[in-house]
Amino acid sequence: MAQTMFDKIWDAHEVSDGLIYIDLHLVHEVTSPQAFDGLRMAGRQVRRPDKTLATADHNVPTDGTMAARLIADELSRVQVETLERNCEEFHIPLYSLGSERQGIVHVIGPELGVTQPGMTIVCGDSHTSTHGAFGALAFGIGTSEVEHVLATQCLVQKRPKSMRISYAGALGAGVTPKDLILATIGRLGTGGMVGHAVEYAGPAIEALSMPGRMTICNMTIEGGGRAGMIAPDETTFEWVRGRPAAPQGFDAVVERWRQLPTDPGASFDTEVEIDASAISPMVTWGTNPGMVVEVTDRVPDPAAIDSPADRESAERALAYMDLAPGTPMTELRPERVFIGSCTNSRIEDLREAAAIVDGRKVAGSVRAMVVPGSQQVKAQAEAEGLHEVFRGAGFEWREAGCSMCLGMNPDTLIEGERCASTSNRNFEGRQGKGGRTHLVSPRMAAAAAIEGHFVDIRDWS
Amino acid sequence: MRPIDVIEGRVSVLDRHDVDTDQIIPKQFLKRVERTGFGEFLFYDWLRDGEIELEPNPILVAGRNFGCGSSREHAPWALEDFGFEAIVAPSFADIFYANCTKVGLLPVVLDEAHCRAVAGAGEARIDVDDQTVTCAEGVFEFEIEPDVKHRLLHGLDDIGITLGGAAAIDEFESAQGPAAGPVTTAL
Repeated sequence: MAQTMFDKIWDAHEVSDGLIYIDLHLVHEVTSPQAFDGLRMAGRQVRRPDKTLATADHNVPTDGTMAARLIADELSRVQVETLERNCEEFHIPLYSLGSERQGIVHVIGPELGVTQPGMTIVCGDSHTSTHGAFGALAFGIGTSEVEHVLATQCLVQKRPKSMRISYAGALGAGVTPKDLILATIGRLGTGGMVGHAVEYAGPAIEALSMPGRMTICNMTIEGGGRAGMIAPDETTFEWVRGRPAAPQGFDAVVERWRQLPTDPGASFDTEVEIDASAISPMVTWGTNPGMVVEVTDRVPDPAAIDSPADRESAERALAYMDLAPGTPMTELRPERVFIGSCTNSRIEDLREAAAIVDGRKVAGSVRAMVVPGSQQVKAQAEAEGLHEVFRGAGFEWREAGCSMCLGMNPDTLIEGERCASTSNRNFEGRQGKGGRTHLVSPRMAAAAAIEGHFVDIRDWS
Repeated sequence: MRPIDVIEGRVSVLDRHDVDTDQIIPKQFLKRVERTGFGEFLFYDWLRDGEIELEPNPILVAGRNFGCGSSREHAPWALEDFGFEAIVAPSFADIFYANCTKVGLLPVVLDEAHCRAVAGAGEARIDVDDQTVTCAEGVFEFEIEPDVKHRLLHGLDDIGITLGGAAAIDEFESAQGPAAGPVTTAL
């Protein structure tokens, strides 16, 4: 019978009914301490440290603090030091502060090559969906489940429903994978993918680089999806080839990976079709990622929304964002620009942003920063001279970490500040209490930094 | 986890859709390394800014897609620590729902009209075994996975159950052979 890629991976990992084997467990400092405590209290061991990998990212200051003991914030320091102690006690490899492999967990997995097609991957982090870009089944879990995977290398899971989103046509010039996924969430809503493993397909997806595919799968959770997936192809194989964890006998393994894509005729519970060529650069206006419009559009008018509950949500969002209905999006003036996060902090993202700012200056009204996703991305960018491009334009060039995506470290917005951000969530207070987040692509963020307001990157020069 | 059989009492209402886990427990409180004591930080900004009022009743009725966003289990920990024993909503985010069932906070899906009825009644009785919510407005049935229900009713430890079948895991691992995937400790 014709199978979907999801079916193939799920079936290959079912230990018993509803119990799934996990090939890779990624761990970070925020969602793991209580799980390790649970193991200790029950006298349990980590079953497979060799399938587990840890890094510090959420709490990491991006100012060049190069050891956990030097973190100024006491609670952050304790959390990272706790991770270090736990990894030592349970023999889990860890890239903490000071390691040249430290970085955002969803950046370093693919970078090291531990993220591979056909695998099951979990992490106590909702953006684990990122790894599905390689044709893996990857999803976020809670701390109780982290403890369960540490102890058993398995997870109790209900089989999700399947959804395929097919993109016809090609993305236009200046339109990026970030715009594609924001437009998709705008159409389906933040609950539109709930209960589903989502496969992104079609020529517009096949044409993308791995970082672009990761951006799309990363934000699957913002549509409520359990996992996002993209079929592995030559682009995928070439990305993995030669990386530190790439498999031995690579070509033979690739032949196995070629069997993973969805069979012709396989059926999905839900099918969605979207015309990629009709997608424009997108900017969020509200307080969830589904509240998004084209940059050429205006702030929507809640009065035009039929459902009373949705109208009330929109009114509340506009009040929080301090926006008036009907304002052109290009008139919004961010005071802060953040380029980074597990969504958009890979070398390609930085190259795209650098190409925009090269030879220009950040507007006087704007404070802008670039935070590479990992130490390796940072080193690569510096080898290419991108840091000089950014600094020359007036951007701050920081050390790797989650940074201002979620404000668990010193990088936060001040109350009332408006920010053009390449991250993934515009929830109230996400980047700092009272902060106002507009989600955009790296190019759009870079151009907003230069002009001091949003611009349509397609006709900006 | 303590067994859950019947949850009964007054109802608190949070009439908002898409309430994300960043609101339920803002990020500055995720730095603690303990599992307890999160209740005082529940809906920290909304409660302190006077945007909402919330009594620590046994039952909370909320809007659709409750618990969207981050996977932080601190969200159900905070709700439970605050005093809630069950959350009733038209829909939940997947990870949040799973997290609730792991910590013994009962998530109950009812359609929007029934949620409003429970909210309006002000008091309700939830019977896990019968899968019913009873209030002055009527008796409403809800769905729950049989294995989740079994675990909740008996307060069972998921890990203990899985380790009871460790032989199957051993077998799976030895059958995996060369397809076993990357070895993180060899990097």
